[in-house]
Amino acid sequence: MSNGHLAPRPGFVLDVDRTSPPIVFHHGEGFRLEKLPADRSRVIYPAEPLEGLADPDGAIQHALHNPLGDSEPLPALLRPGMKLTIAFDDISLPLPPMRRPDIRQRIIETVLDQAAEAGVDDVHLIAALAIHRRMTEDELRHAVGDRVYDAFAPSGRLYNHDAEDPDGMVVLGQTPHGEDVQFSRRAAESDLVVYVNINLVSMDGGHKSTATGLSGYTGLRHHHNVHTMHNSKSFMDRENSALHASNWRMGKVIRDAGVKIFQIETTVNNNTFGREGPMAMLQKREWEWSAKDRAAFLGMQQGLKLLPTSAKRKAFSSWLAPYELTSVQAGEVEAVHEVTTANVYRQHLVPVEGQTDVLTMGLPYICPYNVNSIMNPILVMCLGLGYFFNLYRGRPLVREGGVVIMGHPTPWEFHPVHHPSYIDFFEQVLADTTDPAEIEKKWEKQFAEDEWYIHLYRTSYAYHGVHPFYMWYWGAHAMQHVGRVMIVGGDTAAVRRMGFQPASTLQDALEMATDVVGPQPTITHLKNPPILMADVT
Amino acid sequence: MIAESLAGRRIAITGSTGFLGTALVERLLRRVPDCELVLIVRPGRRGAQRRVDRDILHNDAFDRLRNELGSEAFAAMADRRITAVAGDVTADGLGLDDDGRAVLATCDLFIHSAAAVSFDSPLDQAVEINLLGAARIAETLHDLGTTPHLVAVSTCYVAGSRRGAAPEEPVDQSPFFVDVDWRTEVDSARRIRTETETASRTPEKLAEFREAAHKEIGAAGTPALAAKTEQLRTRWVDDRMAEAGRSRASSLGFPDAYAYTKALGEVALTEIAGDIPVSIVRPSIIESALAEPVPGWIRGFRMAEPVIISYARGLLKEFPGVPEGTIDVIPVDLVVAAICAVAGRGPDADAPRGGDIVQVASGAVNPLRYGKLVDLVREWFTEHPIYDEHGQPISVPQWSFPGRGRVKQQLERAGSALDKAQKAFDVLPVRGRHAETAARLEEKRDLVDRAMGYVDLYGAYAECEAVYGLDRLLALWDGLDEADRAAFAFDPRVVDWDRYAPEVHLPSVVKAARAPMRPPTRGGQSRSQRLRGQILSPDRHLAAFDLENTLIASNVVASYSWLASRRLDSRDRLRFVLKTVAEAPRLLALDRKDRSDFLRYFYRRYDGAPVDQIAEDALEHVSELLLAKSFPAAIRRVREHRALGHRTVLITGALDFVIEPLRPLFDDVVCARLGTADGAYDGQLTAVPPTGEARYQALVDLADEYGHDLRESIAYADSASDLPMLETVGFPVAVNPETRLAAIARKRGWLVEDFRKSPGMHRNPLPLAPPKARAR
Repeated sequence: MSNGHLAPRPGFVLDVDRTSPPIVFHHGEGFRLEKLPADRSRVIYPAEPLEGLADPDGAIQHALHNPLGDSEPLPALLRPGMKLTIAFDDISLPLPPMRRPDIRQRIIETVLDQAAEAGVDDVHLIAALAIHRRMTEDELRHAVGDRVYDAFAPSGRLYNHDAEDPDGMVVLGQTPHGEDVQFSRRAAESDLVVYVNINLVSMDGGHKSTATGLSGYTGLRHHHNVHTMHNSKSFMDRENSALHASNWRMGKVIRDAGVKIFQIETTVNNNTFGREGPMAMLQKREWEWSAKDRAAFLGMQQGLKLLPTSAKRKAFSSWLAPYELTSVQAGEVEAVHEVTTANVYRQHLVPVEGQTDVLTMGLPYICPYNVNSIMNPILVMCLGLGYFFNLYRGRPLVREGGVVIMGHPTPWEFHPVHHPSYIDFFEQVLADTTDPAEIEKKWEKQFAEDEWYIHLYRTSYAYHGVHPFYMWYWGAHAMQHVGRVMIVGGDTAAVRRMGFQPASTLQDALEMATDVVGPQPTITHLKNPPILMADVT
Repeated sequence: MIAESLAGRRIAITGSTGFLGTALVERLLRRVPDCELVLIVRPGRRGAQRRVDRDILHNDAFDRLRNELGSEAFAAMADRRITAVAGDVTADGLGLDDDGRAVLATCDLFIHSAAAVSFDSPLDQAVEINLLGAARIAETLHDLGTTPHLVAVSTCYVAGSRRGAAPEEPVDQSPFFVDVDWRTEVDSARRIRTETETASRTPEKLAEFREAAHKEIGAAGTPALAAKTEQLRTRWVDDRMAEAGRSRASSLGFPDAYAYTKALGEVALTEIAGDIPVSIVRPSIIESALAEPVPGWIRGFRMAEPVIISYARGLLKEFPGVPEGTIDVIPVDLVVAAICAVAGRGPDADAPRGGDIVQVASGAVNPLRYGKLVDLVREWFTEHPIYDEHGQPISVPQWSFPGRGRVKQQLERAGSALDKAQKAFDVLPVRGRHAETAARLEEKRDLVDRAMGYVDLYGAYAECEAVYGLDRLLALWDGLDEADRAAFAFDPRVVDWDRYAPEVHLPSVVKAARAPMRPPTRGGQSRSQRLRGQILSPDRHLAAFDLENTLIASNVVASYSWLASRRLDSRDRLRFVLKTVAEAPRLLALDRKDRSDFLRYFYRRYDGAPVDQIAEDALEHVSELLLAKSFPAAIRRVREHRALGHRTVLITGALDFVIEPLRPLFDDVVCARLGTADGAYDGQLTAVPPTGEARYQALVDLADEYGHDLRESIAYADSASDLPMLETVGFPVAVNPETRLAAIARKRGWLVEDFRKSPGMHRNPLPLAPPKARAR
């Protein structure tokens, strides 16, 4: 089962010396070449893409017939007259979106074939987007394929989850911690829920798939809050994540309520930018660039200079990743997730010794919430302090009281259709305070229950009114941990509005950081994406 | 002696609401304890008594007496001594009713100080008041069979524009008087009015006014346009009449229509007076009080003030005049005292008929040189500058006293440069900040126009080199005892110009003009913040919003294009685009002409559009087009109003199905609707589309229905065509206004909001829907 590639090399920590080349930093819809100080800097490189499965469809068939944990094979769970619901991950996975056929399409087609064979008629397909924006027709077609779309959407059997539909949601009960478990009524009343997962990072999947993806504000508020985030160290490490503990408690309530879930989880490799092609150099190490890579990079840099932001955005969001499936496992939720997590770690984990004074990161153009959209300042914060900061196991990469330096243009720009509540959050809430706990106490309820935001979430393509709050909470652990956050090359006003310090160059930022961490600090650069997770000892 | 001789008299006074008249009433009440005053005032809407209370006795001139007596005693005293009589010197018989006539019949002294002092009054108006006013009084007194002493206030400038001595002699005895018959002048002035009125009503002229009105306020609907057109017509007539006055006056050697009509007024009065004893008092340029009732007291914005303020604002870079010439100014209290002295003395039995004339001026005995005045003014404003809108002190220019022609030339050049800039802005479809610039340009243009007007009007006075004789005035002064001299001081020799200008006059001028004399305090709220605070107060009732360019940067054509192209294949799309582009100019022209005709015409395109399909596409349309082009700050504002409990209303010419998804923002939606037949739209509007005055009506209806007060309500709109709606409410807000509305909002001090689209969105030159997704 080999694609014929050379054995992929694992992740790598480069100690920067005088001979090290400049490092490519992602910088929104562009890149910066940065020279890091010699002898006290290191760069953490992600592992090279693992081998993809040679026969993905065969692997899917195999997984469905050979379930893990306490579960019968899928065909045995299907019978005529039953109510079947297939829920699948939304537009936030994978990142960037993958080339056709999407994994979801492969799996859903297989599941539907088996359901048809078993004579199941009552099938609904739900994009399990919780309080994310609804997916457009184009996006749904891309995820499930045209055949599935045309067969189910016109008759209203393929649709977006609606967490604010008063008739469409039920509360299944409470966890011993007093957490309401809110769930999609259709899923709750189904004889079987098949969940189709793309586990891009270790946070994804497990009970979180359904307990979060098919829930709404009533349920989410119990784990999407500042307290939970302060106690998830990190939320990428399930064993040490209060976020996951809550979801697992909810998973038990769902199971006890009689909801039968057949979980299908998949992992993809690090082939984000392609082994060949215009972006291939982005997943290579700089000193190994060929003349062609160098030329392509320079050409791209020149080309980007000429384009206006909106055109750059369009160009970048048209990139579809040639991801390859590295594993697929199905069956009982927890058993499946154990294996999945091991497979995610196999690609992502990079052992790193010791923490650093200053952590640098170049933030790319995309995060889970701006696919086909604009990466607004709040999302910049969330990607850096939420996702990248938390990509650790053991201890954070940066020491307590250290400095995080993020590079991103951070324009004061918002997508008015996708992120209306973000605009008001930025203008009203952050102008008032940037303290997550105070924001939660003072403002959350008002935004969460706002009828206009709910209207836009349900009928247009807007994230729920409370979503920007969750983005802000996502950074709460980092904000509590570090001494200062700086953004290089960002819109000064936007950066200051978030309570961060703007800097025009990385050199300036490193200089200013010495105020906080003292002279000659150690520096670590998290070279992500492709994705890596630091295993810090 | 003066007080004694006036004690117990019944004195009729005209012009008591004016600057001089108010001071006169005050002085008589305070210094002559026992006289009674009969004030003949135009009753206006409120009636004569209310006018006396509000427009005369409430003036701060009476503060001194009120403080001396106490409020209650003052009111009782005024009640006892003042009789208000409704009358009008422009009407035959003074427009008196029987009671008025009866009251007047008991008066034994008549002081006539009513005048049209504005230097640019229409000719016929100046004639009716200044020329015929005094003669009508004499005729009325003849009618009543009484012969009280008539003291008529005129002006020194009846001497005309001339150099050298101008003695206290009857107008028609001056060697420079061009002999014209005042009756002929009256007739021709009235005829010119009729002719001008006729000329203003020719179809060509009316079309011109209509076009100008349209240019100014746009497609605001027929009633608004009609009101504006009529306003422009009457303004044109008045301008022409003022022009006629100026040219007639200068053809006879007078500086302006005021002097000309006053001069002939003296002639007419002398002719008609018969056995009524007449004294004429001729002041020069009356300015603020030297001492009484308080130093610096002034009423209204008078002749020299606009010039002074314009100078202090740096607007008049030059002003014509002869520096060594005399500017003949006389404080108001000196004029009042002289009138009292003349009245107290009674008719001068020795004077020849028409020759009882007293001039009250300063030039002959205590001249204020024009150059010196300018120096005093410049020094004062250098020390006490006015501040501009940015909080910076304005430095005043140094005048070099060029001739009037050169000053005018300079101003004309500045004016035509501004004109060109303004024209450039007029043809550009600018909004928001650029429109603000255009509005500021227009304001500058107005200022230059005004400055030019001052040069025109007052230039003649600054260049006047006549010296007004004061023999009779000084003789009168010499005859007074010490008590009279203290109570009724009118000796022009006592005025110390070096003290009067900086300490008395200029402080009161800037106060009256409300000119900012210190930079705005930092840290305080800006004007916009204050207005915003008033608008976002729970006390408000209703907040009405226009849609296009107020909440979103889109329009009905874009909506149609989007919906129409949604289900076209690529070849049809191209054809559609070409057709739309070809039609654009005609559509734009129609829209500019009449909004509601445009909507009717344009909406026919929806004929045959299936209702179901449109409803389905409309949801997508709102996300893809309306919300994508929305102004987030505007949407937030709507929600703020709702949160405050205001009733939010959307008033738009857009179609119901287009704005349906925005409905949750509003309590009420007033929009256009199409009829349907067999599940498809028929392209016919079911009711008058809400444009122009229909919006006004819709607002009024809504306010009535819910018992809301429109004065406590707010309206947001972007265009002058929304004026009927904006003017209905107490709190109008101009959003990203186009040039015309920006100018209006600036003038009227409305809140202007700059709402913008969210930046960073991809711009679509043609508002076409993305092709509907299909299987690949």
